[in-house]
Amino acid sequence: MTWETVIGLETHVELATKTKIFCSCTTQFGGAPNTHCCPVCTGMPGALPVLNQQVVELAVKAGLALNCAITRSSRFDRKNYFYPDLPKAYQISQLYAPIARDGAVDIGEGKTIRIHEMHMEEDAGKLVHDPWLDQTRADYNRCGVPLIEIVTEPDFRSAEEVISYLEKLKETLQYLGVSDCKMQEGSLRCDVNLSVRPMGSQELGTRTEMKNLNSFKAISRAIQYEARRQIELIEEGKRVVQETRRWDENKDATYAMRSKENAQDYRYFPEPDIPPLELSEEYLERLRAQQPELAQAKRARYQADWGLPAYDTEMITSQKALADFFEAVVALGAAPKQAANWIMGEVLGALSAHGLEARDMALTPPTLARLIQLVMEGRLNRNTAVKVFEAVFETDGDVDEYVKAHGLEQVSDAGLVTQVVEQVLSANAKSVADYRAGKEKAFGFLVGQVMRALKGQASPAVVNRVLREKLQEHIEDPAIENSP
Amino acid sequence: MELYELSALELGKQIRAGVVTQDEAIAASAARIAAAQPDNNAFVTVADAPAPAAALDASPLAGVPMAYKDNICTRGVRTTCASKILGDFAPCYDATVAQRLSAAGAVSMGKLNMDEFAMGSTSETSFYGPVRNPWDLTRAPGGSSGGAAAAVAAGEVWYAIGSDTGGSIRQPAAYCGVTGMKPTYGTVSRYGLIAYASSLDQMGPIARSAADCAAVLDLIQGKDPRDGTSLDAPAGRLLSSLTGNVRGRKIGLPVDCFGEGLDSEVRAAVLAAADVLRAQGAVVEEFALPVMAYVVPAYYIIACAEASSNLSRFDGVKYGWRAEGYEDLGELYRKTRTEGFGAEVKRRILLGTFVLSSGYYDAYYKKALQVKAVIKGAFDEAFQRYDLLLTPVSPTTAPRLGESLSDPLKMYLSDIYTVSVNLAGLPGLSMPCGLDSNGLPIGAQLIGPALGDLAVLDAAHAYQQETDWHKRRPGGMSKGGDAQ
Repeated sequence: MTWETVIGLETHVELATKTKIFCSCTTQFGGAPNTHCCPVCTGMPGALPVLNQQVVELAVKAGLALNCAITRSSRFDRKNYFYPDLPKAYQISQLYAPIARDGAVDIGEGKTIRIHEMHMEEDAGKLVHDPWLDQTRADYNRCGVPLIEIVTEPDFRSAEEVISYLEKLKETLQYLGVSDCKMQEGSLRCDVNLSVRPMGSQELGTRTEMKNLNSFKAISRAIQYEARRQIELIEEGKRVVQETRRWDENKDATYAMRSKENAQDYRYFPEPDIPPLELSEEYLERLRAQQPELAQAKRARYQADWGLPAYDTEMITSQKALADFFEAVVALGAAPKQAANWIMGEVLGALSAHGLEARDMALTPPTLARLIQLVMEGRLNRNTAVKVFEAVFETDGDVDEYVKAHGLEQVSDAGLVTQVVEQVLSANAKSVADYRAGKEKAFGFLVGQVMRALKGQASPAVVNRVLREKLQEHIEDPAIENSP
Repeated sequence: MELYELSALELGKQIRAGVVTQDEAIAASAARIAAAQPDNNAFVTVADAPAPAAALDASPLAGVPMAYKDNICTRGVRTTCASKILGDFAPCYDATVAQRLSAAGAVSMGKLNMDEFAMGSTSETSFYGPVRNPWDLTRAPGGSSGGAAAAVAAGEVWYAIGSDTGGSIRQPAAYCGVTGMKPTYGTVSRYGLIAYASSLDQMGPIARSAADCAAVLDLIQGKDPRDGTSLDAPAGRLLSSLTGNVRGRKIGLPVDCFGEGLDSEVRAAVLAAADVLRAQGAVVEEFALPVMAYVVPAYYIIACAEASSNLSRFDGVKYGWRAEGYEDLGELYRKTRTEGFGAEVKRRILLGTFVLSSGYYDAYYKKALQVKAVIKGAFDEAFQRYDLLLTPVSPTTAPRLGESLSDPLKMYLSDIYTVSVNLAGLPGLSMPCGLDSNGLPIGAQLIGPALGDLAVLDAAHAYQQETDWHKRRPGGMSKGGDAQ
């Protein structure tokens, strides 16, 4: 029998606000334990939450970009459970009237993933276990960091679709400035609901929920593992149990955490400390008008306006900061294709070598634009320009100063080049003869000799042109041919 | 005349005029507290060295000694909620109310006893021992703000700040022969009030007269950015707006509040109060308010549901008292909460947990919210026809100590006239209107429409111009306690 895997996702995304969702403490990642705290986010008796309007704005932006209907009168609810990382013993979340519903994400190849709902909530703190002292310590810095949770319908049929969706989601949220989506810092976290059914069946099988998926790779492997596990169970005549399972990265397997029977009763009820959130049509209209151009639109525009190949547009729009950088370089006068080549080659290469994201790099658009300009004007050779790039990348150094200080300006003086070409031809009669005999390789050798004599600073275009001309002359002038 | 016989406003005036020094007022208060505390146990914590007002022109009440119910956070001063579980809890911040009063020159003499976590109608559930009624030490002062009402009645402080979730200011004020006001929900910030039922809790004054209450409310009401439910209502004009004139005011008497279960002496005294207001020119008439039959169950379901969540944070992990001898986290929680909470608190947590549980939510909690909406609608309708409503505060006068503890249901039912005001979020005031045959005070309740606080205070002020029930003092008050 062939089986179909059915997957739904719950994705938690940390919002990129400066302050927490219900108080004015910083959301900065890290920091010494319990230094980003106040009576509100540590749940001190008597303290009250006050909703950060920036959180609402980012959530609405995300909802709009995911094509959701925005709830005009949205409410918060309490999710009650005891755990030491949750100082109030309830999480303020949204159950009954979430901020957004009924969205859709196009993941390409004609596939659309429906969004069931999206809600706002607060993050919990962190427990740190000290095995040496056998103590568990609570760090409440993360308490109250704003999250949105995006819940899809069970529309995925493969790990590939899940990854495409997450990449699209990440790209969209980064473009909106809603989140930095750093999985390694936990600002994008994903739970996977998975079931299997015979191909063609319309009924859903019993699902499991997988947690602790910290990378796209882990998600992909966990899906493959869990689908196989469920299919094997059913083929052996056993039942899939509805439960929460934990992915163990090291063992490449999922383990049961708790079954439905042991599921907690969260006793949700409307949060009495936060009045219903009423959003006016004018407010939504204003946010709609402010939505930035998203990656997909940028890609289409780059292709249509500047004739960039699809591959280039994908690479450049992979990070919003990179696309912004690209557009700024073009706006400063660089040819779009030239700018694209530099960004896809040198910029991405340097970022990867330094382990940086585009938004963190020091290099500014004017620096790269100047470099491209020097190459275009023939004043810097492309290879030399790469060396200049590497020198200025980390500190956004001054291109002109560097070129001057290191004497790198390229020789485009045809007279000087002609002089050197003649010397080289005289000294390499054998290669000249080879060239005449049709060996194109000899031409390359001669170019190399000229470049070496000019210490690599000659314009390749000028060298090529002059060399071809002189070789032509030699053919026409046998006198030279006979010279030693 | 002894100092304690003055109203808060009169004392404030004398202090400003230099007739009485602030130190003399504080010494008089301290002496009365020392004399009365062994009898009535009104305080949980008596300030060692009360901080005098920095500026005597800060407000009409600058330099006047007062005290806070012990569920109001005071920085560095232990705030117990009369519970073992918060026995050593000293908040790291001041409630907004305390901050505002302190800026207005209030002199805090300490923290007042109450029912544990404000749950009770007699102030007997305190871990620090029951409060006794200054009018008869064998009787309860009412609750939950029993310490506040007793301390004002016994002349220990000139006013107190209490909290009222279902009558906790008004009912003890009635039992102790003082004036107490629960303002419109949202007019006084709840920031720093340790929550019992967040959607119903409201702080307010207990004092000698309606004018004193108006003076206190002028200092504490107004929008607070730290409380999302606080209203942007005009503040600071109550006292100066009192006219003492009720001519033409339409006052409704809900017949459903004068029927079965009401003590005949209480009925007679409240109807006599209606006659006084009628004689002053008010139009008083009876009308039917049948929703009164549903208010007690709706109140206890909503209040207990919210309490079960609000009190979950007291888990022994972060602050307060922690049980000894636990093996794991679950046991730490269980032992701390089992040993740290008293019987009535546990009863309400269990009730609240039950009504929010999956499978019961719709039948209880959701239904209670619907009833709440119906009650609010019925009051809105009544205020289409009447400016104010007049009812008893409680079916009886102060019960004997111990009587109510044995029959909690009877105690719950005695809240019938006060809880509807909280469910509808309205202003309600309790004023002395007579003494029963045992010489115990009887209270009448004035209820206004939302934000009709001034009309309520003004009618009470008019009544108190005509009568002197609010000036009656319990017998046997030692005069030796006053400053010499």
